[in-house]
Amino acid sequence: MSDYHEKTLAELSTLLQTGEVSSSALTEYFLSRIKQQDAELNSFITIAEDQAMAEAAEADERLKSGNTSALTGIPIAHKDIFCTRGIKTSCGSRMLDNFISPYDATVVNNFKQAGVITLGKTNMDEFAMGSSNETSFYGAVKNPWDTKRVPGGSSGGSAAAVAARLAPAATGTDTGGSIRQPAALCGITGLKPTYGRVSRYGMIAFASSLDQGGPMAQTAEDCALMLNAMAGFDEKDSTSIEKEVPDYTADLNHSVNGLRIGLPSQYFDEGLDDNVKAVIQTAIDQYRDMGAEIVDIELPNTSLSVPVYYVVAPAECSANLSRFDGVRYGYRCEDPKDLYDLYTRSRGEGFGAEVKRRIMVGTYALSAGYYDAYYLKAQQLRHLISDDFKKAFESVDVIMGPASPSTAFNIGEKAEDPISMYLSDIYTIAVNLAGVPGMSVPVGFVDGNPVGLQIIGNYFEESRLLNVAHQYQQQTDWHRQIPDSFK
Amino acid sequence: MSLDADDIKNIAKLARLKIDDADVADYATNLSNILDLVEQMNSVDTEGVVPMSHPLEVIQRLRDDAVTESNQRDDFQSVAPATQDGLYLVPKVIE
Repeated sequence: MSDYHEKTLAELSTLLQTGEVSSSALTEYFLSRIKQQDAELNSFITIAEDQAMAEAAEADERLKSGNTSALTGIPIAHKDIFCTRGIKTSCGSRMLDNFISPYDATVVNNFKQAGVITLGKTNMDEFAMGSSNETSFYGAVKNPWDTKRVPGGSSGGSAAAVAARLAPAATGTDTGGSIRQPAALCGITGLKPTYGRVSRYGMIAFASSLDQGGPMAQTAEDCALMLNAMAGFDEKDSTSIEKEVPDYTADLNHSVNGLRIGLPSQYFDEGLDDNVKAVIQTAIDQYRDMGAEIVDIELPNTSLSVPVYYVVAPAECSANLSRFDGVRYGYRCEDPKDLYDLYTRSRGEGFGAEVKRRIMVGTYALSAGYYDAYYLKAQQLRHLISDDFKKAFESVDVIMGPASPSTAFNIGEKAEDPISMYLSDIYTIAVNLAGVPGMSVPVGFVDGNPVGLQIIGNYFEESRLLNVAHQYQQQTDWHRQIPDSFK
Repeated sequence: MSLDADDIKNIAKLARLKIDDADVADYATNLSNILDLVEQMNSVDTEGVVPMSHPLEVIQRLRDDAVTESNQRDDFQSVAPATQDGLYLVPKVIE
């Protein structure tokens, strides 16, 4: 019996390049794991078996010809927010349940160019709005470490699939923590790059000034390999940054000796679970033992990030989601009696409750007479939150803290209380508001449930984050743990 | 901040969302709670603070005004609910 699911992307890449396994065999192996084991998790919305096997056959030709990248022949999963030509792209919503995308997102296309295979599309909170994966039209995703618990969200399907090793890696998107929080709750490694680093073209928009795609994998090294394929300027995304893409694997082996790590007091306050705090503290002690210098810092405006986010994100979502009108694609209600009825019923029936709540908050915040009090005020505060990070990075190289105030909560526990769900994103949201990169790395367990250490860097310092995470993973094996039922 | 049933119906109309009458009270409670959370923004004086429009303070890039896309109408209309002769169909808007 092969054990390909225990291998990292880097290890699978070696097996493919040396011809020890073919892409077709590897793809079939993971498709079969998904088909046998995903019923327990509900982490996939669509399995793209036929396309995947065709892509694997092409990759095998490339591997024979020698025209390869490090990822050629590797099968991965895409969050169902990325448009994939010829494959259903639902964004977790009834609104797009019938939507077969006519084009590929730039991220998907970049992976295709590298010879990467798409296994399928992972489940997610509807339109990426949620922190638990319970708002999906396709039902909640379950955490592979404890199927009574949530995997986090909104990239919960991707996180659960990678944690259960149903896919060696997956893509995610992060608007307020949607890569880092599920990565933490599922015990995998995830990176949200600097805003503008990865193209948003073909990535269904939630809050355009915050959304950023990124890799979710077992290790920091695997995230680096993925980011090499994902990152880069794209003229089709007007906020894409024209800046050279480094080789993200180049700095992985640098020592962390002398690294200055900032610990913001606001990330260790009374809102943090004591057991989670102890695990985070142990990880930081380990960095100290590895030669890093620990510095106490302040991010004074942290508590404002949740209220600011719940103006900026809903305002932008209400504008972005106005495109779903039942005319050009997506859900259309039965027998509309006039155009107004067509719009309101298609949208009322096509969107779920959380999406409707956020559209309404955003509509209210942007309505006549309220703009200055809400959106403008929020954008001013956003400047202060962003200045906190700029000031902190004058004295430290990276910032560390928890990615989530607790381990995974139970399915249903916060579903009826949007505010308590929103507050669970307190440690991740400010990073999106400032636009800096952030990661979550598995650093231990509380009662069998994973804990993620968040590492935040200055603009475009993804290489440093990956280096800092990789060095920890050279000394520990938390990232190699697999839940019992998926070994 | 407290929103009542009329506020909710008005916001839903602006947002082009049909909300069931039975759900209006729930939306009023939830939206009012969210606006209460948002109220915390007023604890900080932002007089003179420049609003942030882009995290990296870059300037909007413009492209040349030239045709760059090929015609993919058939592809795009293949996912439309109703089309005819290359046009999208909607209920009659002019009598």
